[in-house]
Amino acid sequence: MLHIVNKSPSERTALASCLAHARPGHCVLLIEDAVYAATRGHAAGEGLAAAMASQVKVYVLAPDLEARARAGAVADGVSMVDYAGFVDLVAKNPRVQSWL
Amino acid sequence: MDQAGTVKKFLFVNRKAPYGSVYALEGLEVVLISAAFDQDVGLAFLDDGVYQLAKGQNTKAIESKNFSPTYRALEGYDIEKLYVERESLESRGLTEDDLLVDVQVLGKAEMAALMDEMDVMISF
Amino acid sequence: MGTIEVNGKAFETDEEGYLVNLADWNEDLAGEIAKAEKIDMTENHWEVVNFLREYYNEYQIAPAVRVLTKAIGKKLGPEKGSNQYLYELFPYGPAKQACKIAGLPKPTGCV
Repeated sequence: MLHIVNKSPSERTALASCLAHARPGHCVLLIEDAVYAATRGHAAGEGLAAAMASQVKVYVLAPDLEARARAGAVADGVSMVDYAGFVDLVAKNPRVQSWL
Repeated sequence: MDQAGTVKKFLFVNRKAPYGSVYALEGLEVVLISAAFDQDVGLAFLDDGVYQLAKGQNTKAIESKNFSPTYRALEGYDIEKLYVERESLESRGLTEDDLLVDVQVLGKAEMAALMDEMDVMISF
Repeated sequence: MGTIEVNGKAFETDEEGYLVNLADWNEDLAGEIAKAEKIDMTENHWEVVNFLREYYNEYQIAPAVRVLTKAIGKKLGPEKGSNQYLYELFPYGPAKQACKIAGLPKPTGCV
């Protein structure tokens, strides 16, 4: 399953809720304001690290990071994808859940 | 719905409180429409979504439509699987008795397992 | 937007003839809408219209036809809980015509 989050973790609980329901083998893609969660030093990093430790794969959309001047600060273990990579993720996961 | 005769498991995931945004009402309307397609439909309420089911809503003074009675019509639409997350209730000071319909209360891990069984998830 | 006139008073309707304000409804107005729909209201018609108003009061929606049929069968007897019976009363569709006469909005998901 691919989980997609687009809300800032400082403003909404979408990411926390998503990580609480993601299971081993699932993918989480951070886009729009959710990309801040994947940057070094962000308070949301702990939750992401714990998810990754339990076999959840975390991706972040590069164009959204670049737009926000955070592309150089991606946290360890998080994979950057471009739009083509976004499409690949959707194609390879039979189910997608958006955490609005 | 992409193949005639195929029944898929749908879960409508409700995570928003009822009147601050249009999500809850829109979600409910989509659920009612989905009933026409003879699919296996369930609803999950978590985070602020649990407030949608709170008993005793009175919207007169805010001049919005009180759509909470409509959740009680779902049974007539053969939509009988309503799941509410226990942690979401507890962290908001609510219990099952505060809800206006019969639901199945699930812990977070059970909710995650339920979501993992679905074919399609639609979030509001 | 349109209007429907009863006893010299005009009431607002949408472009399809559904009453805009639920609270405007009364039996005279229902009779007038029925006339526009070319329906001769009998006791059986009123029974369905009143059932719809009760359903709406309870659940705040106009039911889908399938749901209406089932609920009518439960309340008024199985011989009335059939599509055939309801379509005989309201040839252009019980949900559409009966809801309009009952002063309810168009049913959700009604196409």
